[in-house]
Amino acid sequence: MASAPALGKDLIGLEQLGAEQIRLILDTAEPFKEVSERPIKKVPALRGKTIVNLFFEASTRTRISFEFAEKRLSADTVNVATAASSVSKGETLVDTARNLEAMRIDMVVIRHGASGAAQFLGQRIRSNVINAGDGKHEHPTQALLDMLTLRDRFKRLEGLKVAICGDILHSRVARSNIWGLTRLGAEVGVCGPATLLPRNVQELGVTILPRIEDAIQWADALNVLRLQLERMQAGFLPSLREYNRVFGVTNERLARAPKDLLVLHPGPINRGVEIDSDVADGPHSVILPQVTNGVAVRMAVLYLLAGGSPDWAQSSGGGD
Amino acid sequence: MRPILIRGGRIIDPSRGIDEVADLYLADGKVQASGAGLGRPDDALVVDAAGKVVSPGLIDLHVHLREPGQEDIETVATGAMAAAAGGFSAVCAMPNTDPVTDNQAAVGFIVSQAQRAGKARVYPIGAISLGQKGRQLAEFGELVGAGAVAVSDDGKPVVSSHLMRTALEYARTFGIPVADHCEDPTLSAGGAMHEGLVSTRLGLKGIPAAAEEIMVARDILLAELTGGHMHLCHMSTRGSVELIRRAKEKGLRVTAEACPHHFTLTHEACEGYNTNAKMNPPLREPEDREAVRQGLRDGTIDAICTDHAPHHYDAKEREFDDAPNGIIGLETALGLAVTELVETGLLTLADLVLRMSVMPARVFNLPGGTLAPGSPADVVVFDPGARWTVRPEEFFSKSRNTPFGGRELRGRADLTIVRGQVVFQRNGGTAERR
Repeated sequence: MASAPALGKDLIGLEQLGAEQIRLILDTAEPFKEVSERPIKKVPALRGKTIVNLFFEASTRTRISFEFAEKRLSADTVNVATAASSVSKGETLVDTARNLEAMRIDMVVIRHGASGAAQFLGQRIRSNVINAGDGKHEHPTQALLDMLTLRDRFKRLEGLKVAICGDILHSRVARSNIWGLTRLGAEVGVCGPATLLPRNVQELGVTILPRIEDAIQWADALNVLRLQLERMQAGFLPSLREYNRVFGVTNERLARAPKDLLVLHPGPINRGVEIDSDVADGPHSVILPQVTNGVAVRMAVLYLLAGGSPDWAQSSGGGD
Repeated sequence: MRPILIRGGRIIDPSRGIDEVADLYLADGKVQASGAGLGRPDDALVVDAAGKVVSPGLIDLHVHLREPGQEDIETVATGAMAAAAGGFSAVCAMPNTDPVTDNQAAVGFIVSQAQRAGKARVYPIGAISLGQKGRQLAEFGELVGAGAVAVSDDGKPVVSSHLMRTALEYARTFGIPVADHCEDPTLSAGGAMHEGLVSTRLGLKGIPAAAEEIMVARDILLAELTGGHMHLCHMSTRGSVELIRRAKEKGLRVTAEACPHHFTLTHEACEGYNTNAKMNPPLREPEDREAVRQGLRDGTIDAICTDHAPHHYDAKEREFDDAPNGIIGLETALGLAVTELVETGLLTLADLVLRMSVMPARVFNLPGGTLAPGSPADVVVFDPGARWTVRPEEFFSKSRNTPFGGRELRGRADLTIVRGQVVFQRNGGTAERR
């Protein structure tokens, strides 16, 4: 058994993690993939642990993925969505947190619209806190599942060229991918209209690719971000139509790629905006394997934060 | 009123080019004399100031005292006491109270609260526009008649160039400056910190330096157009400093102030979503901090002000995006100025007194800022070498929102005298009765 918790108390972002820690999560996810393939999709790793999924923002995929991960590890889970909580009565985040803690929960999975909310919570309660997306800051489990999917296909991350395409400015997925991929030796490019690239982003160690054609020439894989439709009202873009014409990932453009590109998307996709349907549903796409990997990665994170050892995951995952 | 003899201190009075060890004699609310070996009148309180600096009391052109409206976080009395403890003999209170200080009665209320408190002087600043709504000019004449020393819509920029133009023109009638909070709201909207690498990493919406500089440039152009006195509040960027430097070279009536946090900290202080580093204008980059320092050195920036902005602790105990802007500064300004500007060799102590007392008095045309005989007996005795650690729990301010808690500083006020009366004396300090 490993002694000290390998990840610390919380998983707030990949910026704070070292290469070894990220690799540990990805390696721990491997045996958990198999659990989901069994007729009885359950291991007892987190039996008796109580986990609250505290979602201040609407989410379908991430929340369900976490919930499956928790249940397949035999944890007891409660889902709290904003509309049903006292947050709508004006309770502060810190009060909500303290009340949950008073119920002696072991872990909180938090999704929140404010950058820093997960760290804020983690610093104020003893329970483990897992960031399921905080504002425009980080979404570490999404990046981890992206990396696991890339590793599945390419068998390595080192030296891999990954272009993140779209609204980098507002994207927590982009930030987490930048940290995680660069830590493991991948090269990261960012591609999008200049209005949607954050200031000084190249200082995070990424290459700026001004046009989608540049990204397709350069990359081994594209991670295509969802374009939030409200960006037009805010004046970042003239129209969805033009976005698709200039930045859309289409089969026509992919056909000119020098390599066989892999296409990822964190979902939910806007068909015909950032990605064409025939790409999303076509041979380049790993969008659904990403979703499958999401459960395994989240199982690994929950398991490691609860103090589980990688060895146990191996044996448990292998045939418990 | 008992006369006061401050004995053996280093008198620094840049208004008269004086920096010498001497005695200072105060009586009837005025400076009576300074010089070596002044005799002691029988009834005088004698203060031994050996090893200390004796200078005109510090003057802060920019504080928020929250009264009326938010007396739970600060009042005129607690703010005036905090000011005195920080070595300030006078502060200028911004009008973004609730209700807004945009009329004669509201100005009069602050004046009377300050008199009741009897600590540092408090000069009200009236609003430029009614309700600070940016539409209709407030009655400057009435405001000045009741005691206002300047007008400002601080907290908010004056968006309309037309309104700023008329404010500058109209203020000339009364000989008061118009103080502007320079911010283009279409560029800064929703911003929580400086736009740069740190905002990118933290995923917070940034406020570009240009949001300030656009308004600085506009205000300078309007000062040129109108001949009015434009005072630029809390300058934070290298571009602003450069614009002001050029305006002054042209001889325009433009003055400027800068805050200790902007010459001490950078946007790195926001790491970890530290809401006590959230302020407007935001903490900027090292090059901006350096430009502010150089501006203070060469006089491009006339005055050091605090932008003292109290907030309740639980207003800051929340998500960064939702936390209010601002920090308190009255009780740390002198220490930060000595530590960051004097100890680093950038300013002499005389320069520091110039920026914290002499120039503020001149910029807003206030009494004080000098120890010339016959001038008001507003004096600070401070120990520039005192080492101390910032302990917010010991502040006289009602609020604790400072990013400097735990920081070790050099330089602290021991004694503050206003109108010839001791309004603050540090425990175990220099004053003794005989």
